[in-house]
Formats: sequence, C-alpha cells, structure tokens
Amino acid sequence: MLMPKPNADVLAKRDALVEGLRRIISDPEGVIDDKDDLRAFECDGLSAYRQLPMIAVLPSTVREISDILKYCQAEGVNVVPRGAGTSLSGGALPLADGVLLGLGKFNKILEIDYDNRCIVAQPGVTNLAITDAVKADGFYYAPDPSSQIACSIGGNVAENSGGVHCLKYGLTTHNLLGIEMVTMDGEIVRLGGKHLDAEGYDLLGVMTGSEGLLGVITEVTVRILRSPEHISAQLIGFPSSEQAGDCVGKIIGAGIIPAGMEMMDRYAIHAAEEFCHAGYPLDVEALLIIELDGPEVEIAHYQTQIDAIAKDCGATVSRISETEEERMTFWAGRKAAFPAVGRISPDYMCMDGTIPRNQLPKVLKRMNELSKQYGLRVANVFHAGDGNLHPLILFDANNPGELEKCEAFGADILKLCVEVGGVLTGEHGVGIEKRDLMGEMFSEEDLKQQQRLKCAFDPDGRLNPGKVFPVLHRCAELGKMHVHNGELPFPDIPRF
Amino acid sequence: MQISKITEEQQIADMLDWALAGKHGLTIQGAGSKAGIGRPVTTEQGLDLSGLTGVEMYEPAELVMKAKAGTRVSEIQSLLRQSEQRLAFDPPDYGPLLGGAAEAGTLGGVFSCNLSGAARIKAGSARDHLLGVQGFTGRAQAFQTGSRVMKNVTGYDLCKLVAGSYGTLAIATSLTFKVLPRPEKTRTVLLYDVPLEKAQPLMNRGLSSVHDIAAAAWLPADIAATCDIEYIRGPGKSVLALKIEGPGPSAEFRCTAIREMFEGEGAQEELHGHNSESFWRFVSNASAFEGSERPLWKLSLPPANAVTVIAAIRDKAVEADYFLDWGGGLVWVQMPDGLADGGEGLVRGALDGAGHATLIRGSEALRGKIAPFQPQPTAIQKINARIKDGFDPENILNPGRMYAGEEMKASV
Ligand SMILES: Cc1cc2nc3c(=O)[nH]c(=O)nc-3n(C[C@H](O)[C@H](O)[C@@H](O)COP(=O)(O)OP(=O)(O)OC[C@H]3O[C@@H](n4cnc5c(N)ncnc54)[C@H](O)[C@@H]3O)c2cc1C
Ligand SMILES: Cc1cc2nc3c(=O)[nH]c(=O)nc-3n(C[C@H](O)[C@H](O)[C@H](O)COP(=O)(O)OP(=O)(O)OC[C@H]3O[C@@H](n4cnc5c(N)ncnc54)[C@H](O)[C@@H]3O)c2cc1C
Repeated sequence: MLMPKPNADVLAKRDALVEGLRRIISDPEGVIDDKDDLRAFECDGLSAYRQLPMIAVLPSTVREISDILKYCQAEGVNVVPRGAGTSLSGGALPLADGVLLGLGKFNKILEIDYDNRCIVAQPGVTNLAITDAVKADGFYYAPDPSSQIACSIGGNVAENSGGVHCLKYGLTTHNLLGIEMVTMDGEIVRLGGKHLDAEGYDLLGVMTGSEGLLGVITEVTVRILRSPEHISAQLIGFPSSEQAGDCVGKIIGAGIIPAGMEMMDRYAIHAAEEFCHAGYPLDVEALLIIELDGPEVEIAHYQTQIDAIAKDCGATVSRISETEEERMTFWAGRKAAFPAVGRISPDYMCMDGTIPRNQLPKVLKRMNELSKQYGLRVANVFHAGDGNLHPLILFDANNPGELEKCEAFGADILKLCVEVGGVLTGEHGVGIEKRDLMGEMFSEEDLKQQQRLKCAFDPDGRLNPGKVFPVLHRCAELGKMHVHNGELPFPDIPRF
Repeated sequence: MQISKITEEQQIADMLDWALAGKHGLTIQGAGSKAGIGRPVTTEQGLDLSGLTGVEMYEPAELVMKAKAGTRVSEIQSLLRQSEQRLAFDPPDYGPLLGGAAEAGTLGGVFSCNLSGAARIKAGSARDHLLGVQGFTGRAQAFQTGSRVMKNVTGYDLCKLVAGSYGTLAIATSLTFKVLPRPEKTRTVLLYDVPLEKAQPLMNRGLSSVHDIAAAAWLPADIAATCDIEYIRGPGKSVLALKIEGPGPSAEFRCTAIREMFEGEGAQEELHGHNSESFWRFVSNASAFEGSERPLWKLSLPPANAVTVIAAIRDKAVEADYFLDWGGGLVWVQMPDGLADGGEGLVRGALDGAGHATLIRGSEALRGKIAPFQPQPTAIQKINARIKDGFDPENILNPGRMYAGEEMKASV
C-alpha cells in the first residue's frame, strides 16, 4: 500500500513543530514526540498497516483544535484525526510527516435533552456510552456497530457507521441532527442543531462519512429513541445459503422490516459457537438471526408470517428466544464473530462490500471458487437485510506473501460486489484499504467531482491525505474547465 | 424565457455546452410546480425535464426503484401501491399551495428540494431515501454518485448535496431511491381542545412512548376548520393528532394504548384508514393555506422551542396563522399581508439562531427582495460558494435561486 511520499522539509523541522504545538496545548503531556509513546497510535483496526506519526497531539479544548489546525495549515503540515482507532479501513493510519490529532480527551456527554429527544456529546464519547447515558430512562441511540464499546461517536460520524439494527433504524446519517466542526483553516462552524434538515447545501450530510478528510468533528448531536416494549430474536437454520437468502427476500417482500436480520455461514457459525456457546445449530449451512421489536401482538403476528415463509424456503431449524437472556445469547455469537474467527486463525481481514440481496447465491458461489483459487479460507457474516457482506479472510501474516495474497483475494471479492451492482464498502469506509479500488466504481470524472468537494473544505489538501482517493489532484487543476462549442443546440426541440 | 422540453439526456449535455460557451444561465424545472420557491430566476433559456420520464428499475423485494427525473411522483406512488409499497417520507404536493395543479410534481423536483411530509420525524427525509443520482454538473459533465444498495459509504455522498440544492449544483436525470412496504393499517388518535402551550409537551410524551408514533401534528381550531374531514372540522376545536401504523392487531393495540395514555387530556376520537391518510395529506401539503397568496413560512426548529417561537411571532403579528407538524419541530406560519419583508425579520428573529425558516410562498417581488432561504454564517457560506464553484463554476444552473450571486462568489 503506497502512501504519499513524506515531505522532507516538514520532517526537517520536526523539533520546531513540537515546540510550536507545545505552545498551543496547555497540557504538557498533550504533545507526544517520543517514539515509544507514539507506538500507541501506529495503526487502527486495520492492523496489517502500521506507521508511526511524526507527532501526536491530544488537545482538550475546541480552541486548541482550532489553533492546532491553523498552525499546521500555516506550516504546511498534514493532519490525521483519530477517534478510538477502531477503523477497519485504515482511515486513522498516521502519516510519517503528519500530526496525529487524537480526540480521546473529548469524552464528555454535554447535554441530555428529553424535550427535544436528543443528546449532545463530545466526539470522543463511545457509541455505547450514549445509550448508557439514557438507558435508565428507557431511551437508546439506535446505530450499534459491533465495536460500540470502543468506537467513538465522532468516528461513527466520520465513517457513517451502521450496525445490526440499521435495517429498520438507519445508519449514523439518519440519526444525526448536528455537529460542531473545525475546518483546516481553524474556523469553528456548526451544522444542524436540534432541528431537522439542512438549510442551504447539506454540509452535515457530506460530513457524515467524510473519513476525516473534510473537517474535525468536535461535538455531535444525535437523536435518541424510546427503547422498544418487547424484543424477540429468532434463529432459523437452512441447508443452504441460497435458501437462507431466498427467505430474507421473501420476508421483506411480504412487507416485514425486522429490527435486524443477520446471516452467518457454516464456517462463521462453527467459529462463533466454539467461542461463546450461543447454542447455534451446527448441522446447517446458513443461519439467520431475525430480531423483531414492538408490542407483543405485533411480534407474534410477524413471527407467524416469518415461520411460514421460512418453512416454505426449506428451513430445518427455528427457535424463538424465550427470555431476554436467551436473546442476548443468540446475539453474543454474532457480535463476537470477528474475535471468534480471530481465535482460529493467526490473522484475518474483514471485508465490507454491499450487494443487491438477490445476487447473494452468485456471490457466495464465486467467493468459494476464489477461496480455492487463493488457498485461503473465508468465513461469512452478513447484514442480510441490507445486503452488506462481511467476508472474513483467514491468513497468516508470518507466511511470506500471504498478506499480499489476502489483499488480492479481498480486492477480487470487492470487484465482484461492484460487478453485480453493489459497492466497495457498506459501512467500514474506503480509507487506505479500498482506495486503489475506487476506479472500479467511479469514473475518473466522478472521482474528480468528489475531490472538488474536498477542495471546498480543505483547498490545500492537508486533512488526512492519502486516504479515499487513489490519485490526488491539486484543487487548481480540478477547477479548470473545458468549453466545447457555442451553438444553441436542437433548434428542432420544442420551445415555448 | 424560452423553454426547451428535454426528452433525452444528450440534449441536456448539448444545452450545457451552449450555456457554458456563452455564459447563459439556465432555469431548470421539472413540472415547474415549485418554481415559486426561492429567489426568482431570470434566464433567457429554460430546460423542462418533465418529458424525461419512465421507471428504469423496480425491484420490490430489494426495496429499490430507479426512475427518470421527470417522472411524476403521483405516477410513482400509484405504481408502488400495486406492490403494497410507498415512498415512506410522504412527499408533499405543494402544487395547489403555490397556485398550481395537484399531482404535477416530478421526482427530480421532490428530491432536489428535499421535501418531506409529516412522516419525516420517523421515516426520515427525502434525502435519506435517495440512494443514487445520475445527471450533469454545471461543467457539462455527466456524473453519477451513490448506488442502488441500502448501505454505501464508498466516497463522498454527493446525493446529500443534490438533495436540497434546488437545481443549483447539478441537473439530475435519473434517481435511485429506497422504497418501503405500506403498512397494513393506519390509524390516527385525535385529542381535541389541547391548548398551544400543552401541544408540544403532549406530542413529545407520545413520541417518547413505546408506541412508535409515525407522525404528530397540532392544528389550532381555525386551521382545523378548513379541513374537509368531519372528525377534524366538526368539533370546532384545536386538534392534536398522532399517527400509528402497522399490521392490524398492532395498530389496534397501539391506538388503544395511546388513548389510555392520554386519558384526561381532552376529548378523543380516532381516524381510520382512508380518513387518516387524507388527514396527513392535508397536513403534509399545508392545504389549510391553499387559495391565498399571503407569505407562507416553513420553520424547522428544536421542537421544544415551538411555543415560544409562535408566541414571539404572534406578539407582533396577531393575525399570523400557524400550525405544528413534526411533533413541534416544524411550524408553518402564514403572515398577514402588508409587511414589507413578508415577516422575514419577525420569523427569523423569533427563531433566534436555532433552526431555519424558508419562504415557501411569496410574491415574486418579495422573493427578489428578501432571503427566502435562511442566510448562512460567513464561514459556511464560504464553503457553500466553493461547492457551487466545484459543480457549476460559471453559475449557469438556476443562477441566484438559493442565494444572490455576490454571496456565492468562491473568492469571498
Ligand atoms: C361503528 C363504527 C365506528 C367508526 N368510527 C370511526 C372513527 O372513529 N373514525 C373514522 O375515521 N372512521 C370511523 N368509522 C368509519 C370506518 O372505519 C371507515 O369508513 C372504514 O371503512 C375504514 O376502512 P379501513 O379499511 O381503513 O379499515 P380500518 O379503519 O382499519 O377498520 C377495520 C374495520 O373496523 C371497523 N371499524 C372502524 N372503526 C370502528 C370503530 N370505532 N368501532 C367498531 N368498528 C370499527 C371498520 O368498519 C372496518 O370494517 C367507523 C365505522 C363504524 C362502523
Ligand atoms: C471488532 C470491530 C467491529 C466493528 N463493527 C462495525 C460495525 O458493526 N459497523 C460499522 O459501521 N463499523 C464497525 N467497525 C468499524 C469501526 O468501529 C467504525 O468505523 C467506527 O465508527 C470508527 O470509530 P473510531 O472512533 O474508532 O474512529 P477511528 O478509527 O479513530 O477513525 C476512523 C476515521 O474517522 C476519522 N475520524 C475519527 N474521529 C474524527 C473526528 N472527531 N473528526 C473527524 N474525523 C474523525 C479518522 O480520521 C478516520 O478516518 C468495527 C470495528 C471493529 C474493530
């Protein structure tokens, strides 16, 4: 994975930059330049790629962030924002000549506002802490990435993270009301608030999922929902993935949108079962976990329908959770699928494509062929309701060449996703991982148009360069325009 | 203005080349049903996209549809209905409100203006349902963004920018969007005679309950009186309305539970299927204000501020008519005639920085004089101007519709 070449001039003035940053940050521990201490930041959740940052800073006020950005802008230094560092696409991977801006100290909930049904938090607050803050009063924050005990709400906004419940309750973007952010020139701006919809261009919408390339998020307002009255989960096992996929399509086709609908393949089922004894059936090829929430009458009504559909699709096992404990056990296996697979293989890489659901049989079949071709095993967990695949490729980085083989296999899977009408990433972001595959999905001109947006926020390209875009164009070059001819076309089309 | 009726994409590309070469502005319209929103656009040439029609893809089990921008929303809705599906954000029809025909609005129009109806609080906005866009930028470049799948974070989400940009950034030719199942049953619980002061807190109580309320509105008695549903008009009282959706047994259950919850808060009634649907159309379309030309404002604000904001406006303009939607997060205000600024100062002053106000209806003179869209702080306007510059450097697409030219100079 090639990163932009470090700037020798910047590296040469490292000591002066450390001094300059120390003048901005009040906490003497807030500027880190010691190699051993910098280790803590050398990678994010995509740990196959590591890079020490030139300097790390841990500001504690928005003013400090603004001053840091202004200073770095003036000094021509790149900045990489970092939340909790759980990104699976290398979005928070440091740059050798860059300042890593850690938001860990921004860990306070600022306001719980039940009158407007929202919560205001600093960006470093964990996803789960948002729900925990309102749980006792019967509320929760809907998007629930599996990393929710660790990942930060600011990182969630930057990645537009999802979770197992986004089929019914949406992604981060659907639950976000407002942010405060700092642009690279140090300007502090507020987008949205406690009201709905943007006025003017939807900057809040484009900040969501911007992967730290447009601005540093310093405050987040999200809506909270009342926790459902009842929740029930159901395990349904099938002799083949095709049948499971068919069942998912028929449930949705019948007008049912479950709170969550997850699928695991045989390999993932076995790994999860061994890891946490969730009671999964081991004699099936595919397992669905379907969660319903709402009043008991509604759950019962849908469960009757789902049972009939499942039977029709050839289900061999079906179990409904009897207690809350049992429901949690059903989920424990799914939520621990990554670490479970991690236990049976020295290394694994988690992919994240989305496909039109009806393409699932084709994609699984092709993936099995690729697995044989590369000689690497793959386990599949799948947000089945919305077509988001998480193939986990197992490999051993200690075997020379195996990481590269895994990367090539992963790239083939993602290309396959695009080929069948899907996308490279459903929720983990492009980062560095899928950067070089962007051309599979977008034309050169489409990528340029996206970069023009980057230019509107960060004309010097100082924020998180080397991520998302395979080719970095200068803004001046992107601004140029070619004019063709001047004739009024189509004199023959009707005018009024 | 000369208006060319577009029937295929290539004609747009050629028109854009022509416009760029001679720096001609282009007025972009679907059916023109919302031409009365925003600053008046005066160009010599217009593009009418209402001939660019047709559903290109519809896969009910995948919850997705793709159609050309000029396709009528009403046509899409009746097609969806055949598969028991719908556009969950309740696209409003402002045609009659703005003095035009009903059911004329196009898909391109509804997404470009990011217009959502009463269901917005639960189902999300138009932009939330927009998955992909194909079209042309003001650089005369074909472009596409997004996809056809529900979950996609590949690159910047330019769909968000196209939605709500009122045709000032790009001309959309095809839109791909999420569709959802129609609920089996719809019910609406009505509470009569709840005073304004208690309206938002009561709606909040409902929306904070486990009953999954899909829409919440409050109409003062004089607004309720303009509705042709007997349950709304008949009693001559204010009406607080809470919508429930779901399969039969669950709608029934929730309806009863909500009625019990609000026992003692005033007389109750309920609206069933057909009545319920036409009531929420009345709310979403702001039909109460049809047939007038008075300035009409749409305020999006923190719901808990609704009462004080209305009080502040009515303190200075007691004849202002209003009602609440989105649980108080949306306030419609119809100003009396005779205010030089159409009430702009009053409405924006009352918001006091929290939320925004858009002039949905106003005379051309008024729209040319005041800011129909909420003015933005300088730092944001600077970013907006650069975005506009990135999409439409010569300012040929709906020039000046959202903001005056000077505000949109990238060099600001
Ligand atoms: C006794 C009675 C009371 C009615 N009350 C209302 C009312 O309060 N608000 C309103 O908008 N319309 C009311 N209606 C009108 C009736 O619900 C509509 O005309 C009906 O046709 C709506 O059809 P739907 O498909 O939406 O069914 P739904 O509204 O889902 O109703 C399903 C069935 O229940 C019956 N029903 C509806 N409401 C009641 C009720 N309150 N008590 C007993 N049975 C009922 C309907 O006739 C229908 O057969 C009432 C009708 C009856 C017979
Ligand atoms: C075991 C595991 C399970 C996971 N499960 C899911 C899942 O179910 N769904 C899902 O969507 N993701 C999942 N993820 C991915 C990851 O947790 C999310 O992407 C998360 O949102 C990242 O948050 P973070 O705070 O760790 O951000 P980081 O990793 O620190 O940063 C991610 C990106 O956001 C930027 N960024 C972070 N904070 C800010 C800020 N305040 N301002 C501007 N930019 C910022 C960074 O520059 C970087 O580009 C999982 C990860 C792991 C390790």
